[in-house]
Amino acid sequence: MQKQPIFRSKLLPYALVAPQLAIVLIFFYWPALQAVIQSFLLQDAFGLSTSFVWFENYVELFSEPAYFETIVRTFFFSFAIAASSLSVALLLAVMADKPLRGGAIYRTLLIWPYAVAPPVVGVLWVFMLHPSLGVLSRYLRAAGIEWNPLLDGDQAATLVILAAAWKQISYNFLFFLAGLAAIPKSVLEAAAIDGARPMRRFWTVTFPLLSPTIFFLLVVNIVYAFFDTFGIIDTMTRGGPGKSTETLVYKVYNDGLIGGNLGSSAAQSVILMIMVIVLTGIQFRFVERKVTY
Amino acid sequence: MVEQEGFRRYVAHIILWIGIAIVAFPVYVAFVASTQDNALIANGQMSLLPGGHFFEVYYQTIFVGTSGTTREPVGNMMLNSLVMALMVAVGKIAISIISAYAIVYFRFPLRMPIFWLIFITLMLPVEVRIYPTYKIVADLHMLDSYAGLSLPLIASATATLLFRQFFMTVPDELLEASRIDGAGPLRFFWDTLLPLSRTNMAALFVILFILGWNQYLWPLLITTRDDMQTIQIGIRKMMTTNDALTEWPIVMATAVLAMLPPVFVVVAMQKLFVRGLVETEK
Repeated sequence: MQKQPIFRSKLLPYALVAPQLAIVLIFFYWPALQAVIQSFLLQDAFGLSTSFVWFENYVELFSEPAYFETIVRTFFFSFAIAASSLSVALLLAVMADKPLRGGAIYRTLLIWPYAVAPPVVGVLWVFMLHPSLGVLSRYLRAAGIEWNPLLDGDQAATLVILAAAWKQISYNFLFFLAGLAAIPKSVLEAAAIDGARPMRRFWTVTFPLLSPTIFFLLVVNIVYAFFDTFGIIDTMTRGGPGKSTETLVYKVYNDGLIGGNLGSSAAQSVILMIMVIVLTGIQFRFVERKVTY
Repeated sequence: MVEQEGFRRYVAHIILWIGIAIVAFPVYVAFVASTQDNALIANGQMSLLPGGHFFEVYYQTIFVGTSGTTREPVGNMMLNSLVMALMVAVGKIAISIISAYAIVYFRFPLRMPIFWLIFITLMLPVEVRIYPTYKIVADLHMLDSYAGLSLPLIASATATLLFRQFFMTVPDELLEASRIDGAGPLRFFWDTLLPLSRTNMAALFVILFILGWNQYLWPLLITTRDDMQTIQIGIRKMMTTNDALTEWPIVMATAVLAMLPPVFVVVAMQKLFVRGLVETEK
């Protein structure tokens, strides 16, 4: 990882890494360490004294059924968001990959939602599907559905999943397009000569060759659903009604800020850190494999 | 691959236009709402065609703000978002490119440990260490400041890795040539490496600018003063819990204004954007 002809200087390299090192140590390692320490401490209700309690915060967390529900809910959201967004994006990418007139325009018109911030996504969707004033709610009511995501937890969850999946379509679309472009045309032509019809060609040739892209996107989408949905949830439902749209990150925020339970919030942060490290590890191993393909 | 090509293309066009409609519809509704009368919207009578209040609503949004909730002109919020996004993008590129330079072109004790210290930060987004970071920023008296808004977001390794990767592909002959010309390390960096990195820097800038502009959780925690809030935070504060009081045309105009800069960047610099996106994810 290093150049053969290199510079020799005693102080210069340190001066060059110093700014980044300082920022990383102050704003990354120090807080991460604090989170770990904090998760072993218990503060009394008035914040006057703290005591070291080993794993009590963790034990308490895992003995709470509500925490398990949040974990299950977060994973459910993740898979629902990933599945719906990936399938729509794949369909669009396969269509846009064809040699069509105006192909570049389609691409431009489909990728821009990447740039829409999660809280804005939340505002857009909550407005469209607001029970009393949303333009789409009228049609839902006309169709006989009692639509009220402000009161009905399942409907609120559907709303969050829809909005989050909507935002992620453009990202997935772009990576699918890149993946499709990398598939050698000769393989598809060979299958066509063998008499495979387009649908069959897609499922037996294109889809398996896309599997690395799909797996990569699956991990990215899960991480997205874990973290980036915070803005969507906060402007749409604030975790409610009840706790029906509270994800793990939202719970960290809620318990720490509103509940004032810093020990528990820190323990949750540490658990989240471990989850992200595992996910990233899976992704790295996979990326390495893709390189040696 | 000639069977029914015409028909299949026709279907592809239709599916793509449906996709575009799904993607564009929520934004269209927001734009339409931002040109209408609040009373009409609050009654659930909103029309799906643009109304006549465009100039009035946008003028009030940008220069005056809502009359009920935050009362902060959105123009000011956009300025805060802009400063934050630029600081995150420029700051991250600047500190990353010099540290990548040191790691690739120098041999010094602690080189590998330092590389790993930086590398590990790739793994954890700011969300998982949010309260301890908040406390540190508070202890450093950086709440409600641009430094507090941007510095913690700069602490991550993506850009460093990208530049390291790129420097590895720069031919060694360039370094030898500039050495023969008598150039020292700083001269080589400035005259040779920096111009070569221009496209990479631009691609990275596009991605980081969007990322910075769209930050939400972090600014939500550390800004308490209304005049320091970013546009993303402003939007949320405008949506009161009591729906009857929400000034929807202004909220929607703010949403449109919040989308404009990053969407413009994506559309206008599409090539750089795609390149940056693909490279930072590797």
